[in-house]
Amino acid sequence: MNETKAATASTPGTHAHTGMTTRHDTWWLAPLLVATGFTLFIVYATFRAFENNYYEIGSIISPFYSPKIDLPGWPFSPAILILWMPAGFRATCYYYRKAYYRAYFLTPPACGVSVWGSKSYTGERAFPFVLQNLHRYFFYLAVLVLTILWYDVFKSMLEPSFHFDLVTLIMTVNCVLLSGYTFGCHAYRHLAGGGLNCFSTNESTKQRFKVWEFVTKLNEHHMAWAWFSLFSVGFTDFYIRQVCAGVFPNPVFF
Amino acid sequence: MTNYETHEHDVLVVGAGGAGLRAAIEASAQGMNVGLVCKSLLGKAHTVMAEGGVAAALGNVDPEDNWEVHFQDTMNGGKMMNNWRMAQLHAQEAPDRVRELQEWGAVFDRTKKGEILQRAFGGHKYKRLCHVGDRTGLEMIRTLQDQGVHRGFAVYMECSITKLFKDGDKVSGAFGYYREDGRYVLFKAKAIVLATGGVGKAFTVTSNSWEYTADGQGLAYDAGADLIDMEFVQFHPTGMVWPPGVRGILVTEGVRGEGGILTNKEGKRFMRDYLPESTKDQFSADDEESKRWVDAAIAGVKTNDRRPPELSTRDNVARAIYQEVKAGRGSPHGGVFLDISYQDAARVRKKLPSMYHQFKDLADVDITAGPMEVGPTMHYIMGGIRVDADTQMSRVPGLFAAGECSGGMHGANRLGGNSLSDLIVFGRLAGLGAAEYVKKLGSAPAIDNKDVDSAIEEMEEPFKRAANADAKNPYDVQKTLNQVMSTYVGIFRNKEDLETGIAKLQELKEDVKKVCTKGSKVYNPGWHMCRDLKNMLIASEAIARSALSREESRGAHSRTDFEQLSPELGKFNTAISKDGDSMKLEKTPCPEMPEELKKFFVKKETTHNG
Amino acid sequence: MAEANLKVFRGEKDSGTFENYKVPIEEGMVVLDAIHWIQQNIDPSIAVRWNCKAAKCGSCSAEVNGRPQLLCKSRMDKFEPGEEITVQPIKTFPHVKDLVADVSWNYEVNKKIVPFTPKPGHNWVVYQEDIERVQEFRKCIECFLCQNVCHVLRDHNRKDGFYGPRFMVRLAGLEMHPVDDANRLKMVKEDAGVGFCNITKCCTEVCPEDIHITDNAIIPLKERVVDEFYDPIAKFFKTVFKAK
Repeated sequence: MNETKAATASTPGTHAHTGMTTRHDTWWLAPLLVATGFTLFIVYATFRAFENNYYEIGSIISPFYSPKIDLPGWPFSPAILILWMPAGFRATCYYYRKAYYRAYFLTPPACGVSVWGSKSYTGERAFPFVLQNLHRYFFYLAVLVLTILWYDVFKSMLEPSFHFDLVTLIMTVNCVLLSGYTFGCHAYRHLAGGGLNCFSTNESTKQRFKVWEFVTKLNEHHMAWAWFSLFSVGFTDFYIRQVCAGVFPNPVFF
Repeated sequence: MTNYETHEHDVLVVGAGGAGLRAAIEASAQGMNVGLVCKSLLGKAHTVMAEGGVAAALGNVDPEDNWEVHFQDTMNGGKMMNNWRMAQLHAQEAPDRVRELQEWGAVFDRTKKGEILQRAFGGHKYKRLCHVGDRTGLEMIRTLQDQGVHRGFAVYMECSITKLFKDGDKVSGAFGYYREDGRYVLFKAKAIVLATGGVGKAFTVTSNSWEYTADGQGLAYDAGADLIDMEFVQFHPTGMVWPPGVRGILVTEGVRGEGGILTNKEGKRFMRDYLPESTKDQFSADDEESKRWVDAAIAGVKTNDRRPPELSTRDNVARAIYQEVKAGRGSPHGGVFLDISYQDAARVRKKLPSMYHQFKDLADVDITAGPMEVGPTMHYIMGGIRVDADTQMSRVPGLFAAGECSGGMHGANRLGGNSLSDLIVFGRLAGLGAAEYVKKLGSAPAIDNKDVDSAIEEMEEPFKRAANADAKNPYDVQKTLNQVMSTYVGIFRNKEDLETGIAKLQELKEDVKKVCTKGSKVYNPGWHMCRDLKNMLIASEAIARSALSREESRGAHSRTDFEQLSPELGKFNTAISKDGDSMKLEKTPCPEMPEELKKFFVKKETTHNG
Repeated sequence: MAEANLKVFRGEKDSGTFENYKVPIEEGMVVLDAIHWIQQNIDPSIAVRWNCKAAKCGSCSAEVNGRPQLLCKSRMDKFEPGEEITVQPIKTFPHVKDLVADVSWNYEVNKKIVPFTPKPGHNWVVYQEDIERVQEFRKCIECFLCQNVCHVLRDHNRKDGFYGPRFMVRLAGLEMHPVDDANRLKMVKEDAGVGFCNITKCCTEVCPEDIHITDNAIIPLKERVVDEFYDPIAKFFKTVFKAK
């Protein structure tokens, strides 16, 4: 038989798969960026939660501290009484889970990249991650908090009299982004209509189908909503802090 | 002595595409102990490539439709060469088989009223093709696979059959090997159903996968069955022509069914020029009427406008494209343009998703933005193992055939959509026929050990030849075979070419005796090819000889030296069978259609093939 | 003529060598074409599983430069000229030879799934919007790339507890079918082990059919499991309303 080209052996006696991966693209970049982004936000948010200052000026209140709860005898920052709700919502969010399992836990860091390998892996079947199943309860709480943040927007606009300033604009954008994120939630998608097997059964299911379709549209870009709203909520707080500290201006448009 | 494992079954089904799976399900339902052998993994058979739909006269979209119209369309499409009884059974039973698929979990596209949606296709008078976007074959095979999995019959995956055994004149078993590790396997079986598909790999440009190596045709021929109408080879008009690696891969007729337009490089919509006089009145008179028809189809409303000319039968469209290219009016890569991009992009992606991806991924062409380049590709063989219409049994007792490897159902040209319905209608009948046969059979037929030994010997030979000076690479032989078939036994044929082709096939027969392989038996494709070549050569020779003997043009068989259709020759089937070491060709009379069916075909006789 | 530089794993039962091959590049060529070129011109015994060459059958799954994909869809023009292209068999399933792996485990899993069970006496009037979700899942070509890339199966080898993304897709297709009458949620939670999935989405990333496996199949299944097993409040209200 003719052999037009001889094959040359390069690596003698090996397994088909050895080492972490044979990928040589920049697979590590995405988890690295995500880990950096999350860490920065967590550091900032922790600092702000404990700062217990520069969060309220006139009718304006920072989203980290709203609603302000005066709990008698509570020695810490009131932000802590609030922040666990949106934090819990994001921590159990299906997008964030993906992101931090990859970026922090490296299970796996990227597709086809093996770091851990253990028969004892239980995923979200056992404590603590089985608690992720509570995501929908955090969704309910997140809606509550979101409602208050929208209330804050209108309050800042209407008090002492109707006006529109830069902080109000920032708060409005923030609330829009938070709403897009919150109502694109996977758990809400299920509750809205995803749990039905048949959409056309009756008028009520037909209505739920329409809601489900809308949520699905938001949900398709849940990752983008998650990042933009995370950034916006941090930025809103930061801007309000700077205004309270007298560093940044708050020009009034009308 | 070489070891082999042995399995015993009442019914052994060879091939796990739509027909094989349906046969296995039926035989199993009849209480048989069934074994199912497939050359690939389960669910990968060529049926997954079927795109456009399954033809069944449900009348959901066009209520005028019924089995009688479907029967007439099928017979007219097949130029009356069809076995009338098969065409009748097919048209009558297809609706039930489709509903059965639905009950087994198939999820067809729906009409606004919630019924199974049906689309138009070439040669079908009404909108008749039940479909799931353009991946109907996948839906069908997955449905049958899931149904079969829970029936509990044995599945032998990646296993090739190389020999059928007989006890006297009756089938007694089969011999084969596992592709994975090359170990041999013997099946003792009271009945065998062949559902091995077609012969495409004998041609250079084909829509068929590597599996299509004429196994069933070769095995049945060797076992004494006869092959009929092998000259009728369908070239699908629209295969991809570029890039070279995917040349031949199918572009579904659904593109034209959804309103796709064929043009040459001058931008001329040429199909209207090639419509045969006899069917011209069924098609639109101008582009305006075509457009109204397409708009109505998209809107899902009734219309009196007639179909666009692109929806002529496959043989006509393939010949038209071939002639346009030959006249120098082809596209840059030797095809013509097929354009659906004038329609709403989102709708195209919805109705033709896999075409969209196929062109995007493989050719870097966005079909919603510009035209595709397409050309004829060898697609299907209408001829095959002769079977009894009602039981699907060949003339060898206990040997059954269904699907593409059997012959008769489609006559001289198959209509699009009729193959998927063929699979489920005749797959079921073959399973039923085999079960009935086994129930009546007395004692189990025996297998002669000497036959097994010679089957093993046959498979061992290619390794022994590796040291010979004149040993041949099986892939080189296949390449030559492809060239011979495509050059001399292609879309247009004449006496001289066919004779040259037959002479070259004789030379190749000698080469096949010299093919060799090296390496181990573990997943060795070169070794597998050595055996597959024998089947391909049998089918190729049968095609060439049958084509030479039919001195007329009929359906997919186009003779440049006999351009007319001959009413006299249409009364006979071509039958090929094994006669010692040579191939015997006979002309046998077509079965006579009863009067109550003849009444459908009273129109004047024509000598024009179109 | 331009040449590609392929480094292909050759061997049996996970023991072998990486061999280098120089393959002439044609326009529009894919990696599967390159393997076929080797088969026809250098070594007919090189093993690769393939059928349709059009990304419809899902046979030619392998890993190219470490990324699980169909060889018939891996275009050669994506690589830099002269780049070494590493081709390996899929990792998660037992190796057979060269680029072929033994995927029979998947067929065994499939048998365990409760089949489609239509509601008795259903009239089969089913509307398009009710089956569209299911149709997405039915696009699956069983290439098992999702099974291969899923770290639960690939890295942790929990084939004992998790059916894998492919069968989550099948289960979702059955559970969401408007005519289906069976309840598989206990199976989804227990035997199929949906909780093993930590929704890191690699299955979705590699799916050649663009099925949104995680968002549309696995997460909705997880939420249905929550309904049934982890949401006592909803369960309470449901029971109360049913009692009414």
